[in-house]
Amino acid sequence: MTGFGITGAAIASLATGGLDPVAAVLLVPLGASVLLAVLPGYLWPSRLNVLACLVALLCALLLLWHRPPAGDYLMIDDLNVVFIVLNTFVGFTTAAFSASYIGHELQTGRLTLGLLRFYHAMYQIMMFGMNLALVANNIGLMWVAVELSTLTTVVMVGIYRTPAAIEAAWKYFILGSVGIALALFGTILVYLAARPVVGESAGSMVWTVLISRAAGFDPELLNVAFVFLLLGYGTKVGLAPLHAWLPDAHAEGPTPISAVLSGLLLNVALYALLRFKMLLAANPAALAPGPLMITLGLLSLIFAALMLYRRHDIKRLFAYSSIEHMGIIVFAFGMAGPLGNFAGLLQMTMHSLTKSAIFFTVGHITQAKGTQEMSDMGGLTETHPVLGWTLAAGIAAIAGLPPFGVFTSEFLLLSSTFDRQPLLAAAVVAGLLIAFGALLMLLTPVAFGAPRGRNAHVHASTLPIFAHLALVLTGGIFLPPALVAWFQHVAVLLG
Amino acid sequence: MGAAVPHDFAFDIAHMLAGALVLLSLMMLYQDRLYALINVLALHALVLALSVAWQAWVHDAPHLYITAGIALGFKAVIIPMALRRMVFRLRVHREIETVVGTGLTMLAAIALIALSLQVMLPVTEGVDPVSREDIALALSVVLIGLLMMVTRQNAVSQVAGFMSLENGIVLAATGAQGMPLVVEISVAFSVLIAFIVIGIFLFRIRERFDTVDVEALDAFRGERG
Repeated sequence: MTGFGITGAAIASLATGGLDPVAAVLLVPLGASVLLAVLPGYLWPSRLNVLACLVALLCALLLLWHRPPAGDYLMIDDLNVVFIVLNTFVGFTTAAFSASYIGHELQTGRLTLGLLRFYHAMYQIMMFGMNLALVANNIGLMWVAVELSTLTTVVMVGIYRTPAAIEAAWKYFILGSVGIALALFGTILVYLAARPVVGESAGSMVWTVLISRAAGFDPELLNVAFVFLLLGYGTKVGLAPLHAWLPDAHAEGPTPISAVLSGLLLNVALYALLRFKMLLAANPAALAPGPLMITLGLLSLIFAALMLYRRHDIKRLFAYSSIEHMGIIVFAFGMAGPLGNFAGLLQMTMHSLTKSAIFFTVGHITQAKGTQEMSDMGGLTETHPVLGWTLAAGIAAIAGLPPFGVFTSEFLLLSSTFDRQPLLAAAVVAGLLIAFGALLMLLTPVAFGAPRGRNAHVHASTLPIFAHLALVLTGGIFLPPALVAWFQHVAVLLG
Repeated sequence: MGAAVPHDFAFDIAHMLAGALVLLSLMMLYQDRLYALINVLALHALVLALSVAWQAWVHDAPHLYITAGIALGFKAVIIPMALRRMVFRLRVHREIETVVGTGLTMLAAIALIALSLQVMLPVTEGVDPVSREDIALALSVVLIGLLMMVTRQNAVSQVAGFMSLENGIVLAATGAQGMPLVVEISVAFSVLIAFIVIGIFLFRIRERFDTVDVEALDAFRGERG
């Protein structure tokens, strides 16, 4: 079927035209997953997992310079390059973190070698699915890829096989499937809107064709389609009130998966949403997608900020914080305009980096403490100085304190919103302050209070955490002009 | 226009099959035994297969026969068999608990049908009549499937609800004449469903919880326990 066709085309292009980075971004994870499914043991597979992610990252970086023309199925443009580089980078650092994390899980007997093989293979298939969704130039193919990455994360969430993990996986599965089904219905409606203009051909679901002729589409049909797409992909973004799967899935799965869920998968769903938003923006008669996105974004922000106060599981706490941040990001893209989109892109990048760094830290902390309950944690800066201080730095960053990058993007968003819609900006400020209070109240004792709970030694891989935090810090102090120019350009594209 | 079928007749048959699908969706709502529910689900898939095959015939789209074949073989035979076996093995062939009463659920379903016709018919005026009716009825099937998933607590009937929802989407996809990738998408969907069913088997929900009632699963939630 299509998958085979693409793989075949990719292999052909590798054979004829030398190394095609787009094909490599897809083929490397796919090949690695096959290898990892058969390789026994723990040490070498975990290293291969890191290596495969590194190669994929290098290929993604290559895309910045060498960009093949858009085909019927795959394409690279200025928008998705940002997502692919971020995706493969966090995928790589998470694989590095996962190597030490999984080693510990193996020692404590929570995972067996057989499950580990499964885990590594699934990790690469998930990377394949996400990369495919990002490079797809066909809205049907994009849907299939999002579904694939959902399925792989579902089985990873349930991998511990505890009752709580199974319930989380089941809930994620059912809600994710409903979301994905609604998104498909929306995709069909987009095709129906496009058919009279584009005609019945294989090209009638190709994104580059659709966007160039979107102005002639039936606006009414496009509106209804967008509502379905917003609800469908919005479920996967974790927007309230469709977020119910997200906290459970983050809390019960292995921590590397929590990191990729928050850092990457939510972004992939958001990317799909942005593509369709561009389609609507290209049609002058269609409804403005802004107000819908602003409403859902604001609702998620306020709701998640309030829900933060009642958490006592640390991974659940940060899962709600992800809902909050996705709310901010969707709000920013809903406000649109060059500044709103710029702030949205920056916030998305910074959130991915910060949140995955936090999950890396939290993963090691829960291993040291043997629990996820915050009441059994305390004074980490005394007992585990490195983990404690990185957690403190991560909290400061995610709460939007200067000099970290999240502050920059939130400041940009607020100042541009105050100019245009002061009332909305006030609501965002309220949400941010509520969330800030919750993080401060719940996490101060964890980082600085009196030492509490078990204090096992844990072999932590601190390099990925430091790398992420350093990037976030750099983003807050000095944004390279090249990056700013790039984001500004993409912000204009987004309309 | 494939074969020598007069247009009105082609339209009538397509319309009838799509309508039958909505009717079967309604029938699912009031089945209070799991075996009966699974039988209606199989019939639902059978009607879908007929409808897709009819589209393939009148529109001369032979690739749609693959989708019809999947609906017939996989969704009308294999999955119902697996579900029946599961219900037997899990010993849950008693009555289904419903959250809201049957009467209320049926009324809600009728309202949903009215809603989907209200939403879809005005916006699809430019689309040809067969697709237009199919899409509107497909949306009713999707919404009734959602309603079923919300009102049922039992994992097996949630799967049945999801499958009927998915049938509605396949109806829409095949009704949208000439849509590329339909076959691939229906294959991807079948994988999803196979996953769900295998998931229930593998996770052996019964062994761990002594019930497939999702409400019982809720007790294990980290924050409530």
